[in-house]
Amino acid sequence: MNWKTFYALLSRDGHVARRNLVFTLVQNLLQPLLLTFVFGRILTAGGMMQTGFKNILLPGIITICMVMSGVWAVAMPLISEFQFTKEIEDRLLAPIEIRWVAVEKVVAGMIQALVAGLVVIPSAWLAMGSGVEINLDQPLAFAAMCFLVALFAGAGGLALGCSIGQTQVGLMFSLVLAPMIMFGCAYYPWSFLKSFPGLQYAVLINPLVYANEGMRGALSPKVPHIDMIIVIAALAAIDVFLLVVGLQRFHKKAIG
Amino acid sequence: MGIGIRIEQLRKVYDSPPPAFAGGFGFGSARGGPKNKKKEKKKFDVVAVDNISFEIRPGELFGLLGPNGAGKSTTIGILTTRIKPTAGRAFIGEFDVWQQQVAAKQLIGVVPQRPNLDFALTAREILVFHGAYFRQGASERKKRAEELIERFKLTDRADHMVRGFSGGMMQRLSIARAMMHDPEVLFLDEPSAGLDPQTRLLLWDIVRDYNKLGKTIVLTTHYMDEADALCNRLAIIDHGKIIASGPPADLKSSIPGGYLLRVKFDSMPNGLIAAFEKLPGVTEVRASDHGADIYADRGGSLIPAVVSAAQAAGTMLSDVNIQEPSLETLFLHHTGRSLRD
Repeated sequence: MNWKTFYALLSRDGHVARRNLVFTLVQNLLQPLLLTFVFGRILTAGGMMQTGFKNILLPGIITICMVMSGVWAVAMPLISEFQFTKEIEDRLLAPIEIRWVAVEKVVAGMIQALVAGLVVIPSAWLAMGSGVEINLDQPLAFAAMCFLVALFAGAGGLALGCSIGQTQVGLMFSLVLAPMIMFGCAYYPWSFLKSFPGLQYAVLINPLVYANEGMRGALSPKVPHIDMIIVIAALAAIDVFLLVVGLQRFHKKAIG
Repeated sequence: MGIGIRIEQLRKVYDSPPPAFAGGFGFGSARGGPKNKKKEKKKFDVVAVDNISFEIRPGELFGLLGPNGAGKSTTIGILTTRIKPTAGRAFIGEFDVWQQQVAAKQLIGVVPQRPNLDFALTAREILVFHGAYFRQGASERKKRAEELIERFKLTDRADHMVRGFSGGMMQRLSIARAMMHDPEVLFLDEPSAGLDPQTRLLLWDIVRDYNKLGKTIVLTTHYMDEADALCNRLAIIDHGKIIASGPPADLKSSIPGGYLLRVKFDSMPNGLIAAFEKLPGVTEVRASDHGADIYADRGGSLIPAVVSAAQAAGTMLSDVNIQEPSLETLFLHHTGRSLRD
């Protein structure tokens, strides 16, 4: 393994990300922050929502922002770089195994997901105003969740970016990602779905359910959530699966 | 000093349309809908490289010459680790390009047929990051990037994003990038396609200079003059097979007679071909559509004899085209087709 080359690949992605920083932040964070303000502030201040909703919403917003930032950071460049222009060729010819080029993409995505998380926590907190009862009493659980969610975003971005073409991006978002977010327990705990028993079990195939429930379990443990051990095991398994699929697809796309 | 290349019975069969790596595979996608996938896969069986073996000596400037779709880009793709061969082996120096990819990649620089520059970076950044991928130190890569920018006349646009570059500028930058890490072997796939004549000469100079440093250079081209002017040795490739190889001069002198007269007539009476064969200086005659290809040691001075023979056989000469000894004639001699067909 050639660490210098790996680091150079990572620096290249970091350089490009820094250049597009403002644009990326606006693209990934504005909508969730507006949503936070409307549901977490306006509706709670007006009495439509209970103040406790803030504690349900904040971890969900953090997770969604991390996932979207990471997925987009990996998938979008991959989709365009593997297209007609073959921009990625330069990196495929770098003196490093092809799989490490893919792993580098995942790591770059993880870093972007974590940065998005770091930015969104204080800003969403601010947008909600007073009454947020988030605690960091379980730093290990929080760290584990951040890592697993970031890996989910990076590996998911790799698998997605190597599976779809440029023309399918819009469709992918409205057909797959939007339902995943809505049924991913970001804006409500999984236990709230008990009045819809079929749906409650169907959504368990959605990785975002574990991501959101786990983040809620780490930050707002008083809100009912799926057991942390189950969450962490499920998410870790999903991450490994996506990573394996992503690496295979990347290799297939990279070699003629 | 110098790194050689060895190819042993290399074969590549595409069972699905190849990813558009460098383009130029010469066949379109034959894919229909997603139904009958298995059946369809079987139907698509294109032999791009058909059991070829050859060796490129260290420090040689070697050319692969052939029409579009001949298998040149696939051969380059395999040698540069980008395409997996169906059978056979290829070596850069002592390294098997498929088994020891990283070691092989360290030795090579690649200029693709279509520029594949990193659009997220400026010209200078492209060079500097490329150097970093190849583990050059910070000051070394900065210095080398600056030299190449100057050499390739990109100074004015060095700090611009490459998205807005013209085709020629992108091509120049692609070549600069391939030379950035000072590779022992430089691959250039159709390097002068789309270049203006001036830039083409600049490219030739740069390629020759780089070769003088003892570096091995492999280029593909379908321009005869380029192959003739640049290469120490050539392999002529068609339909995935090597049909002739050797130094350009040897190849040209191997054409029977040297000159080629492509003649056409109003009609083709029997015995006309035999009559041509008896003419002095003619070494070979082949029938063609409404005419004949006559290989001879003379060009224009043979025409009166050809006209007389035609008149004696009761037909009239309608068209004549004289070709001097060239690689074009050689290609035609071996394949019966013009390079541009």
